[in-house]
Amino acid sequence: MSYLITCPHCGVREVTDFAFGGELTRRPRERPTLRELGAYNYFRRNVAGVQREWWYHRSGCRAWFIAERDTRTNAVHWTALPEEVPPAS
Amino acid sequence: MTRLPAQPGERLDRSTSVGFTFDGKPVEALAGDTIASALYAAGQRTFSRSFKYHRRRGLLCCAGQCPNCLVAVDGAPGVRACTEPVREGMKVEHLNATPSLERDVMAVTDAVGGPFTPPGFYYKTFIRPRRLWPLYEKLLRNVAGLGRLRAAQDEREWRTEYRRRHADVLVVGGGLAGLVAAIAAARAGADVVLADEGPEPGGRALAGGGHERARDLAEQARAAGVEVLTSASALGSFDGLVPVWQASTLHQVRARRLVFATGDVEQPLVFAGNDLPGVMLSGGVRRLIALYGIAPGTRAVVATTSDRGLEAADALRAAGVEVVAVADLREGRTVLEAEGRKHVSAAVLGGLDGADERRVECDLIVMSGGAAPATSLVAQAGGRTAYDEGRGHFAIAELPDDVLAAGAVAGHGDDPERSGERAGALAAHALGLGEAPPPPDGPADRRAPEAVPPAVAGAGRGKCFACLCEDVTAKDIHLSVDEGYDSIELSKRYTTATMGPCQGRMCQLPAIRLMAQETGQDLASIGTTTARPPWSAVPLGALAGRPLDPAKRSSIHPRHRELGARVMWAGDWRRAYDYGDPQAEALAVHESAGLIDVSTLGKLIVRGPQAGEFLDRLYPNRFANLKPGRIRYGVLTSDAGRIMDDGTICRLDDETFYVTTTSSGAGAVEQWFSWWLADWRMEVALTDVTQGLAAVNLAGPRAREIMGRLTDLDCSNETFAYLDGKRAQVAGVPALVLRIGFVGEVGYEIHFPAAYGQDVWDAILETGADHAIRPFGLEPQRILRLQKMHILVGQDTDSESTPFGAAMPWIVKLDKDEDFIGKWALEHAAERVGGHGSLALVGFTLPDGDVPTEGAAVLAGRGEPIGQVTSARHSRQLGQVIGMAWVPAEMANDGTAITISDESRRLRAEVLTRPFYDPDGEVLRS
Repeated sequence: MSYLITCPHCGVREVTDFAFGGELTRRPRERPTLRELGAYNYFRRNVAGVQREWWYHRSGCRAWFIAERDTRTNAVHWTALPEEVPPAS
Repeated sequence: MTRLPAQPGERLDRSTSVGFTFDGKPVEALAGDTIASALYAAGQRTFSRSFKYHRRRGLLCCAGQCPNCLVAVDGAPGVRACTEPVREGMKVEHLNATPSLERDVMAVTDAVGGPFTPPGFYYKTFIRPRRLWPLYEKLLRNVAGLGRLRAAQDEREWRTEYRRRHADVLVVGGGLAGLVAAIAAARAGADVVLADEGPEPGGRALAGGGHERARDLAEQARAAGVEVLTSASALGSFDGLVPVWQASTLHQVRARRLVFATGDVEQPLVFAGNDLPGVMLSGGVRRLIALYGIAPGTRAVVATTSDRGLEAADALRAAGVEVVAVADLREGRTVLEAEGRKHVSAAVLGGLDGADERRVECDLIVMSGGAAPATSLVAQAGGRTAYDEGRGHFAIAELPDDVLAAGAVAGHGDDPERSGERAGALAAHALGLGEAPPPPDGPADRRAPEAVPPAVAGAGRGKCFACLCEDVTAKDIHLSVDEGYDSIELSKRYTTATMGPCQGRMCQLPAIRLMAQETGQDLASIGTTTARPPWSAVPLGALAGRPLDPAKRSSIHPRHRELGARVMWAGDWRRAYDYGDPQAEALAVHESAGLIDVSTLGKLIVRGPQAGEFLDRLYPNRFANLKPGRIRYGVLTSDAGRIMDDGTICRLDDETFYVTTTSSGAGAVEQWFSWWLADWRMEVALTDVTQGLAAVNLAGPRAREIMGRLTDLDCSNETFAYLDGKRAQVAGVPALVLRIGFVGEVGYEIHFPAAYGQDVWDAILETGADHAIRPFGLEPQRILRLQKMHILVGQDTDSESTPFGAAMPWIVKLDKDEDFIGKWALEHAAERVGGHGSLALVGFTLPDGDVPTEGAAVLAGRGEPIGQVTSARHSRQLGQVIGMAWVPAEMANDGTAITISDESRRLRAEVLTRPFYDPDGEVLRS
């Protein structure tokens, strides 16, 4: 695995500069059932395709941001700070 | 042996001789020779013994493709003699033969070992009787592999430098197509890197009459600004990153466009005895003649499926070699068997059906079984291949947008320059440089017709090798299909065909053809195995990089050295483990005073109007109600309710909290905090001051007096109580002083700018000298904290531990108004506390003397493991062995007896659920 990611602050960097934070999940708003809690903690969609995910610029500015990446090709379509993420189409 | 007259494109400098040794015997070479060409010129015909059967193997490709000429050079095994230039004084030795290449005792496996060494033989032959396996294993390990690494390496002699190279275009392969592609892209303005495996670019043209053109193009490429890397193997494509290994450098090339001009690999024919020395590929023969002025034999037979063999026949005749027969498969004739004991002495030619058989005496069989496009790197870069029925090989069918192919690999071997020109221009144009090339004109494919060779010819006459690296015969593939390994991926793993040093270059296609023959499927549906790196054999040392271990050291570190500390790794840190006597150092903390460097603690400043609320959402206990100047212990939990880290939090003022974390958790906690902050977007700022601040812990009954002399603070217990945090000048340095008690005695954790680390350390030791202060290291601190049953996250807890299990239910405030991370899981955990199957962390004591190993099992009455020891130490202060262990919740009662199994020992211990030392914290609060 080796590709480039554009940090919203720092610009284009090697992927090894970053830490992967996993696909975007939604933390339950209300008290979940045990099953919902288990799904939130341990289940991932693990899509073969385009997904939104968290990245952390560990060896850089230490910002968390969102990337949209194709998990099959590792093509990163865009990156954005959480407050600047475009609405899902 | 004499050389041919000077050849027009030869690499030799005939006026300079170079001397080296082969197995101790001196060899005279010419400058420009490879090890193999020099040895061949000196009459050597056997270059190695094969992997399994120890058969003689001679030169085959002379291009660094096959495994036949692997030797050891100056002790380093796995060097290809046919591409390694000679150096004066080098020591070359054979591999895989004992005692010598000529007399190899293991060659007995070839004569009698057949029935015992089918595919998977180590699971079959060497399985019974079972008790002999240790012996078999030793035996097999001894004979496995090629060559030996030196037993001990004095130092890591050589390592590569990593070099990151960002370019517009990377061209892999420096034949005519690659050179022209690089030139075209560079002239359009692109930044171009070209990597070629050979010692000079030019590829097949160098020995095929095109050497002048090749050398002229190489000049042009350099003049156009192309960075030309020679003797540089592209190892793979990792999402577009192409590592290129060149001697002491590993170039990590990332280019916006990749042009693969990797050419094709001439394929051997599979027939009886096809591995005998004297059976060579047409390309190998031509290289020996054209580059090194060597006549490869005296009487040659040529067997071919295309014009390549005919061209080689012409080259042989021009070199004075008698070509006694040519079997062209397009006319229905091929070679069925190579005869000879040590070397080819005759060839049996005939039709595929065995018709018109004819035996011809010769000392050289030149074969050409077609050329397989070298698509492995293209496939790794995302290209797709498909079977080409007419040519009998797999060709590129589809390329990703950012990948191009040129020359023979793209099926344009007939006009490599035009193909390269177009690929280079397309690559540049895609980057907005230069003109788009016009669409191709003329006939698409002007290659001469070829015949598709049979899977095997002359079967039944002797061993027919499909894979030379791993000694896999046609019969082995037959057996593996018989046994059910009927897909190419399974067959690969079972027979290990294609898994040797040639990486499938010579054997993938033959293995697929045999599979097709055995299963009755067509080649297209069998397909190829997944192309995997490395495409070229590479020493592990080339990938390992420099032997560097980055270390963190506190600003006080030089003082620890001066004090004679034993320094050890603790995570990324180099830390003082002790100063010679850990028990005495621990005692000093109880009796007078001790000083420890705790600069490694993670330190975060959390500031903002919502800082308290932020911490309340992250921790199971409350922080918004913490009064400024007070300290509270906190345990971080995940949303699964598991303990992630712990530390103390001091509220400095209404909006500012000072958070410490464990040393090893500093990075993860900062990452965790900032992640939730990014999600919640609260009015909170996070500053990591771990590196900026040093910290020391001054503890012991005399600590208060020492502290009083170092500051203007009133250190009395009334004004500076346990869990108070105050800003103060300590030895003239601005500091934050936290009164906490990790080690169990009255203690002050002093945080201050790291630059003053040694000044403050010195001042405290000087001031404390009258009070018998002693520096203490990590090990005494571990004894001291264990006496207090203060957990070490990661040592006493694991990824399953909750605060309930870790005996800290009081820290979870399920009645907090706000939701917090881990709340829901902890609600469920709270219902199960003490329930069946749940574990609890407890202390235990042992009679003096026996310290169980950390990780030792706690046993139930019938001897099954029911828990484990997480920490154990001898305590001189308490005069006994103490420890912590996870045990079933029903056993977590004072006085319960437990059995600890530590290797052969059985230890009887007694459970204690309260701290061993000062259980009520009276000392701490005094």
